[in-house]
Amino acid sequence: MTVTYTLPFNAIGTADHARVGGKCASLGQMTQAGVAVPPGFAVTTDAFQFMLDQHGLKDEIARHLEGLDPENAAQLDRVAQAIRQRIGSHHLPGAVEEAIRTAYTAFGSFPVAVRSSATAEDLPDASFAGQQDTYLWITGVSDVLDKVRDCWASLYTARAIAYRAKNNIANAGVLMSVGVQKMVNARAAGVAMTLDPSNGDRTRIVIDASWGLGETVVSGIVTPDNFTVEKVLEQILARKISDKHIELVGDAAAGAAIEREVEASRRNRQCLSDAEVLAVARLAKRLERQNKCPQDVEWAIDADLPDGENLMALQSRPETVWSQKKKDTPKLALATGMESIVNTLNNPRSTRL
Amino acid sequence: MGLKEFFGGGDKPVAKHLDTKPKSMFPSAYDVAPPDGAKGWEQIYPYYTQFQTARRAEDDAKFWFCNSQHWPTPFRPFDTIMLDFAIKCLGQYNTRHLMVPPANGIEYRLLNGYVYFSPVAVEPEKIGPRVPQFLDRAGHYFGNWASLYANWQTKVKAAIKEMDGIKFEPLPEVVPVEWVKSGKGLDNTNELLEAYDHAITLCYKIWQYHFEFLNLGYAAYLDFFQFMKGQFPTIPDQAIAKMVQGVDSELFRPDDELKKLAHLAVQLGVDAALMTGTPEQALAAVGNLPNGAQWLAAWKGAQDPWFNFTSGNGFYSTDRYWIDHFDIPLGFMRDYIGRVKAGEKIERPTPALLKERDRITSEYRELMDAEAQAVFDGKLGLARTVFPYVEDHNFYIEHWALGVFWRKMRELSALLSHAGFWPEADGMFYLNRNEVRDVLWDYCFGWAAGASISGAAYWPVEIKRRGAIVKALASQPPIPALNNPPAVITEPFTIMLWGITSEAIQRWQGKDEKPGVISGMAAAPGTVEGIARVLRSPDQLGELKKGEILVTPVTAPSWAPVFGKIGAAVTDIGGMMSHAAIVCREYGLPAVTGTGTASSRIKTGQRLRVDGNTGTVTILS
Repeated sequence: MTVTYTLPFNAIGTADHARVGGKCASLGQMTQAGVAVPPGFAVTTDAFQFMLDQHGLKDEIARHLEGLDPENAAQLDRVAQAIRQRIGSHHLPGAVEEAIRTAYTAFGSFPVAVRSSATAEDLPDASFAGQQDTYLWITGVSDVLDKVRDCWASLYTARAIAYRAKNNIANAGVLMSVGVQKMVNARAAGVAMTLDPSNGDRTRIVIDASWGLGETVVSGIVTPDNFTVEKVLEQILARKISDKHIELVGDAAAGAAIEREVEASRRNRQCLSDAEVLAVARLAKRLERQNKCPQDVEWAIDADLPDGENLMALQSRPETVWSQKKKDTPKLALATGMESIVNTLNNPRSTRL
Repeated sequence: MGLKEFFGGGDKPVAKHLDTKPKSMFPSAYDVAPPDGAKGWEQIYPYYTQFQTARRAEDDAKFWFCNSQHWPTPFRPFDTIMLDFAIKCLGQYNTRHLMVPPANGIEYRLLNGYVYFSPVAVEPEKIGPRVPQFLDRAGHYFGNWASLYANWQTKVKAAIKEMDGIKFEPLPEVVPVEWVKSGKGLDNTNELLEAYDHAITLCYKIWQYHFEFLNLGYAAYLDFFQFMKGQFPTIPDQAIAKMVQGVDSELFRPDDELKKLAHLAVQLGVDAALMTGTPEQALAAVGNLPNGAQWLAAWKGAQDPWFNFTSGNGFYSTDRYWIDHFDIPLGFMRDYIGRVKAGEKIERPTPALLKERDRITSEYRELMDAEAQAVFDGKLGLARTVFPYVEDHNFYIEHWALGVFWRKMRELSALLSHAGFWPEADGMFYLNRNEVRDVLWDYCFGWAAGASISGAAYWPVEIKRRGAIVKALASQPPIPALNNPPAVITEPFTIMLWGITSEAIQRWQGKDEKPGVISGMAAAPGTVEGIARVLRSPDQLGELKKGEILVTPVTAPSWAPVFGKIGAAVTDIGGMMSHAAIVCREYGLPAVTGTGTASSRIKTGQRLRVDGNTGTVTILS
């Protein structure tokens, strides 16, 4: 296979999944399936490999890791810091920089989110990866290049190194991809799960939503609006509107996403219309069907797009908690035929008073 | 004493029981006084319908719920016939035909003119022994459903034809001379007396046919229902109903015929002539137009049998049937003509409904494992096989057959009015059916003796007295239940049709209620806001304006022609499988049923939000 340093999402095929990591593979898959996803490109593991090979970085890293006792917190921190510093101190290889520059310009030089996209085995679960996983509202190609490098560096946080040590994953050969994706000018955003996270009920879709970018919902600094939708009938069964006091919005001048207070009139207003709630539910449902298992979906409503066309999927990954539990519950014996009718008449469950 | 007083909220002191029994959840029948002006009401109905003091201990130990779904208002004495026949026949199939293991029939009583039911359970030790007979008898029906149902239709149509052939002739001045000369030796009274008995007997048979399959239909549905609840504990009841419900019931044919006639009128250019005047005038005007004859032929053709359709439920002698009151179908049709001309699509979205039903079915099925899917397929298949009967029998029996019966009874009442027994044409309905035999005898005797009838001196005053009593009884709404509910209810109708569940009972007690929010069953999906219009009778249907929210004790399938114009329906009573709920789902009309008290709490003109997904009605203004 020829070496490619960048791949636009709409060109990521199944054969490319290994070199674009989980997040970008998912974005590629969704794009191919016709789901509305903000456009972007992956910086492939080939690019990271090239970086490692240049300047002997790979050997440097190996040297730092030699004799590391992962239980020694102080040493671990020092080594992690040193490695990240080494990565940060090098320019990207010329060809890689050129490829990123070209891709960024080609797709419009929009403000972007720059996100690590690693394979699951190499890094602990995303919830452990910390803030360095994602950079929001990055503008201008030089900032993009910086953040790509920072994402690569996040392979060597103390926690990540310790994780691999504990799980006997060799550090040599651990590669990362980075996703560069157009920022959504989110009017509202959040997450949707295609089951009820409180009890695993697979006939429900539960949606958390708040103003601005969805990171406030994911990180929990805002109590979001919560909606329960019946999955098959596509009806809103319950809703809880919360006091959404902060929102995260893009600041192009600052080249970052910034937190700001939400004005009083909007704080307790439902941040999605009922029609939008159902649109999010349908999106989640579609993603569940495509992936053949319950999903945890991140989505956003783009203020720059017209109603009915402004719902974007940002991420979709398998739900793991309840999907595991399902295998553990014992199967009930099911009665059929006349015997069942007799049982039903003798034990009417819905009428127990 | 009303419910409010019982729970200590009113001015009158709570009546004390003579014994030291702890206070029950609902009042005892013996502690509920009749409204003013209804004194003596107990004597205008047969003795077996009454709570009797000598039976107090026995009656107070039972749970009674008010069936205001089928009997929303107190009825005239003759109408006891429907209560008697319907409930007896419901019971016989559980108790004596099919041996439904845990359930016998339903006992009933009248209290202040309203109907109260108490399901009769089977003693625990007798349940097991009934199972083999149930398996054999019910199994035979499930296994041979299609052919038995076809046979049923033949029987019912024959009974209707036979009923239609009954004639009530006034007694002639002289016995026909041919009878004398041929040595017949009988007079005309035999025919008259036999005709009446024949009509009553046929009505009774028709009720037996009504229940022949119904309990089984509910049992199969209940089995499917409980399986689905086992697979998905939180699945809305409405979702289960949608998977089973057909999209083309005979109940919808009358409305479909009106729509076809509306389209035809516009096509043939006779619509303008139909829009004004009495039915006679309108039809005459159509007759004068070039294409008029063609339209009139279609109008006539639709009537048999589809105009045998009541805007009530067939249980009341006051019910008006389309075939006897052309103003009703004409009124609906004028509405449709207007909408057709405005370019609206008036047909039910049948292809969309079928698609939706299939989508819902396959999506729930996908969520099951392979073993459950196989069971699902079997139970759904049976439920779908039996369900058409649950919907269709209503047209054949309550609409068509009873329509013929009431027409014959009105003919007899008019005949007896003419004979001098009462001044108003419908006076007979203030007598119970056995008293009518006495009147017929009085008539025959007077004729034979050549003397005047006694009845003329008796019935007019008595009918007036009874009329005042029935009116007084109707002035007070019923208490929803009596005494304490049992731990479990097993009788299938009680569950599926009347929706007597623990949630319903909580609602009656007014528990968990937020001010301004009324809860009921989420019978048909959709959320809508609009102005309330509270109706107490189908005669008021014409008052409804477009987009209004209909609030009423109970709706009937024959109200369907207005469902296209209103925003939502809210009722006091009605289970998920009541005809009203079925029809609302079919018409895509959001509905909340079984609220208990909506029609007394909501006032016409108030702004409401009706949520048919969650079963709540919020009073906004």
